[in-house]
Amino acid sequence: MTSPSTEHDQPADHDNAYAGLLVNDTHWAFGTDFTDPLAGVDTAVPDGIEPSALAAYCLMLGDDALVLSHRLSQWCSNAPDLEIDIALANIALDLLGQARLLLARAAAADPSVRPALPAGSPVPDEDALAFFRDGHQFRNVRLVEQSSGDFAATIVRLMFFSCWRLALLQRLVDSRDPVLAAIAAKGVKEVAYHRDFAGRWFVTLADGTEESRRRIVGAIELIRPQLAELFTDHPVEAAAVANGFGIAPSSTAAEVDTVVDQLFTAATLQRPQEPISTPEATPSGRDGQHTEALGPMLTEMQSVARAHPTGSW
Amino acid sequence: MIMASATHTAPGQAERPRSVQRARRIAAAVTDPELPMLTLQDLGVLRGVEVDRERVTVTITPTYSGCPAMATMADDLVHRLRGAGFIDAVVKISLDPPWSSDWITEHGRAALRQAGMSPPSPAPRSPAPTSARDPIPLRLGPTRRALTCPQCGSNAVESVSEFGSTACTAHYRCSVCREPFDHFKEF
Repeated sequence: MTSPSTEHDQPADHDNAYAGLLVNDTHWAFGTDFTDPLAGVDTAVPDGIEPSALAAYCLMLGDDALVLSHRLSQWCSNAPDLEIDIALANIALDLLGQARLLLARAAAADPSVRPALPAGSPVPDEDALAFFRDGHQFRNVRLVEQSSGDFAATIVRLMFFSCWRLALLQRLVDSRDPVLAAIAAKGVKEVAYHRDFAGRWFVTLADGTEESRRRIVGAIELIRPQLAELFTDHPVEAAAVANGFGIAPSSTAAEVDTVVDQLFTAATLQRPQEPISTPEATPSGRDGQHTEALGPMLTEMQSVARAHPTGSW
Repeated sequence: MIMASATHTAPGQAERPRSVQRARRIAAAVTDPELPMLTLQDLGVLRGVEVDRERVTVTITPTYSGCPAMATMADDLVHRLRGAGFIDAVVKISLDPPWSSDWITEHGRAALRQAGMSPPSPAPRSPAPTSARDPIPLRLGPTRRALTCPQCGSNAVESVSEFGSTACTAHYRCSVCREPFDHFKEF
């Protein structure tokens, strides 16, 4: 277990941002020795749960959050106004926090998911998973890896994603894995907030100008083909259900459908008719089969960490 | 990295500060790096302080999953405890139950007001829903809060953004004194 102990001895001086810089550099990169987001949490896998199955499942949920977090963070300094910039960055931060916990949980359950790094590398598990896996090792749904597009497309994706993830996390609060249940319970509060934000903007843009409505309608058309994957049960998810620690995404479809209906009604938009829960037979992002959007995104996201695999952040 | 042995028996051990009350007091006084007017105790993230022989174990809980202040809080806790003679101090994370803004103490709320921030109203979903039997309703209208301006006390305030300068705040403006202020979100 990582200890947060450090050797610097200057007083905690928050009035002077430079006070700690020369005394202890580690304080100012990505924090301190405090690298384990599950420090002190009992991460023993409960009896009857297959550790590798739990890890595979947590990677899926973690990768969804990580990849969308990165896409949202690309809005930093580019959003339509400062408030939206900050809102999207805050949402990205929440998702990054969820990803960090979920990836750490995966590695704690099954250390073999951690990619090999040079001996002595100080990179913690969740960073190793985020920065040192290749595209085909990512298990996120394809919806989250696409370029964000314009603001309308960003909002439409975030809205669908949040409706779906909220339904998942709310059910995961009853997971047989207490760590996953606790991560989900925190996430529920956050994602409910994200959903409200995206839902309000969805209605605002649909009910705004002709141009904003046109863009919302275009964005819906753009992401529709990617929605079926969200509700298609993957064997890893089926195993998680059988083991009592996970959720079949298909079981959330009815609830998500109801919420999405409410949103379309509020936006006075005609909802495309076919159900979003059409099963998808082909390999999916859950199998590591991604679209061409993921590679360039990962290249950017991973470049610094990969250039310094033994770096101490 | 200094990891004191649990079986350490140096002379003068009797004088070592071992009281759990003292360790608690020190930990409780550490402040949030982003909201320095609040102690960890007032913020409600300090979940426990235990002393076992030489070792002090402090348990904290994150406000939001991605709270970037956690590492600094942990660092500050260890540093303060060391400074007070608790050489072997460790910080543990607790995720359950999830933090709620309802845990901010009265003292903390007063400190927020004093610092020009509006304290949270009771959280609408606290504690977190315990099962899928209770879907969380959509809130598409503006969040209505009965707030008063921390500067002038007027209740004529308007929301600027649901997301403020930190994860835990929303941004408001007072229509009377025209001052902007942060409101600590109900969570």
